[in-house]
Amino acid sequence: MSKISNAFKNGKSFIGFLTAGDPSLEKTEEFVMEMVKAGADLIEIGIPFSDPIAEGEVIQRANVRALSNGTTMDKVFETVKRIRQKTQVPLVFLTYLNSVFTYGYDHFFRQCSEYGIDGVIIPDIPFEEKGELMPFSDKYNIDIISLIAPTSEERINKLASCAKGFVYCVSSKGVTGVRNEIKTDLKSIVSSIRSVTKVPVAVGFGISTPQQASDISKYADGIIVGSAIVKIIEEYGNDAAKPLYDYVSELKKSIK
Amino acid sequence: MLKGRYGKHGGQYVPEILMNTINELEESYNYYKNDFDFNRELDTLLKEYAGRPSLLYFAKKMTEDLGGAKIYLKREDLNHTGSHKINNVLGQVLLAKKMGKKRVIAETGAGQHGVATATVAALMGLECEIFMGLEDTKRQALNVFRMELLGAKVHPVTSGTQTLKDAVNETFREWASRMEDTAYILGSVMGPHPFPMIVRDFQSVIGKEVREQILEKEGRLPDVAMACVGGGSNAMGLFYDFIGDKSVELIGCEAAGKGVDTEFHAATIAKGQLGIFHGMKSYFCQDEYGQIAPVYSISAGLDYPGIGPEHASLHDTNRAKYVPVTDAEAVAAFEYLSRTEGIIPAIESSHAVAHAMKIAPKMEKDKIIVICLSGRGDKDVAAIAKYMGVNINE
Repeated sequence: MSKISNAFKNGKSFIGFLTAGDPSLEKTEEFVMEMVKAGADLIEIGIPFSDPIAEGEVIQRANVRALSNGTTMDKVFETVKRIRQKTQVPLVFLTYLNSVFTYGYDHFFRQCSEYGIDGVIIPDIPFEEKGELMPFSDKYNIDIISLIAPTSEERINKLASCAKGFVYCVSSKGVTGVRNEIKTDLKSIVSSIRSVTKVPVAVGFGISTPQQASDISKYADGIIVGSAIVKIIEEYGNDAAKPLYDYVSELKKSIK
Repeated sequence: MLKGRYGKHGGQYVPEILMNTINELEESYNYYKNDFDFNRELDTLLKEYAGRPSLLYFAKKMTEDLGGAKIYLKREDLNHTGSHKINNVLGQVLLAKKMGKKRVIAETGAGQHGVATATVAALMGLECEIFMGLEDTKRQALNVFRMELLGAKVHPVTSGTQTLKDAVNETFREWASRMEDTAYILGSVMGPHPFPMIVRDFQSVIGKEVREQILEKEGRLPDVAMACVGGGSNAMGLFYDFIGDKSVELIGCEAAGKGVDTEFHAATIAKGQLGIFHGMKSYFCQDEYGQIAPVYSISAGLDYPGIGPEHASLHDTNRAKYVPVTDAEAVAAFEYLSRTEGIIPAIESSHAVAHAMKIAPKMEKDKIIVICLSGRGDKDVAAIAKYMGVNINE
């Protein structure tokens, strides 16, 4: 069992996302710790990419800010090293495939294992192409998180049966970003996933309010909040720690 | 099994949310490409709407002036909407219509693919939205107006470098939010499988016609077939039918901008590295961490940091050769062809003309070069004037 399962041990899990290097890597370290203090059970760290095609405008802008600060994969790993000296909360990277490919699959997964990353989410690699990563993720015991979308339909069986860590269930069509209303029949998607795997199911994309979090956590094992957190960082910049703490605490309470 | 591979290139690197949709596209294409009625309809459209076959013109004055190989121009610029783009768009939009789609979306760089898509959408009664980098909407304002006249909605893309690659990103994002009734009409031999295959098949009409036409005129195949390469659809269309004919040298001309030793180029084969982007494994201009480079070319249509996977594979196996051509050389060729033959070529196509000007004089007089003139230069006149420091806004 990977450490990711720890995130789902104590009731419903809150997963928070931020982009590494936005507004700086020192602040990323501080904000991760703040979210952990506020009750986050797992942290997703986005490695900035020039062309994040699965992201909406908020996270795209965070990527631009991080890259213009000179954030690189090597520096993100260094930040993870420092975070790991302070907390054992499960950590997952969100990164695009070209970043991993260019860094070198073996190099990347070895570093993940050495620095204490537990899993990787790669939005632009579907099930069909995952084979080229598997030897490395297996070798270093890093979970590649399976994404399941509202359009996955008959693919759910295939996707869920090989899931590790947790299943990232995408709440709606489109890209990341806050949504007023989530119309997908998540309940039935989650139950289809559950019929195939015992791996926990977390729902992400569009969740920002305590009400949404509370509704979704009734049938999912966890919720993932990204754009709403990145928006707070965008608004408050270096001073985002306090508002982040307040926001994450509120959301975490709403899913109990 | 891995689908859509060209050597180590190609593949389907897209978010899960799009997988069902692209699988459905592949199934439909595989069905319709062998469907008699579909092919008859497409053939009629190509002949009676697009104006095919396009001419294979013997450039007598250019040949005499350069004093070497005989030069033929494949006149894709004479197609309806002024470029080779219409070949692929007629095929893809017809397919979309058969699949019951009500709306088409597309990316465009120079605007030629956007104009072709808007045109065919109007013809077939489909809603049309085009994504174009803000920077490109400025340098190709005339094409933006054309698309709007045709009833399309043009979205200026403000993310990233505001050029073609960002327009592609945005079209994928749009498609991921609405795929049930919407087809993505991809403009080049790139993207996730099945797009490189579909676009190549629809463009292969270029090479098939060249074969017939040159056999009729010269009784033999050309020695060189060349075309400009951004993503590479006109080049792939020209090359495809000749891949098995080893005597035909295939040359792709990519944009070297201000020079491959500067930061301002889009020369993917000359300067790019293997990577995975826009759904495919291929060569890309990128930095040491895999961040996609902000590329540059005077030609908005070649201003793309990657190349189609089949081209990448033809390069690996040495079946095709790819050469960089600078802005300055392309502009000189633009002027040269205009004055010598009375044909104003697209600045994209001028890259191929420029390379022919280099190699033709060194070749024997009985050798034959076919250049794909992918589009006409009307859209580029203002940009060229600006480059030359001429004010035409009096």
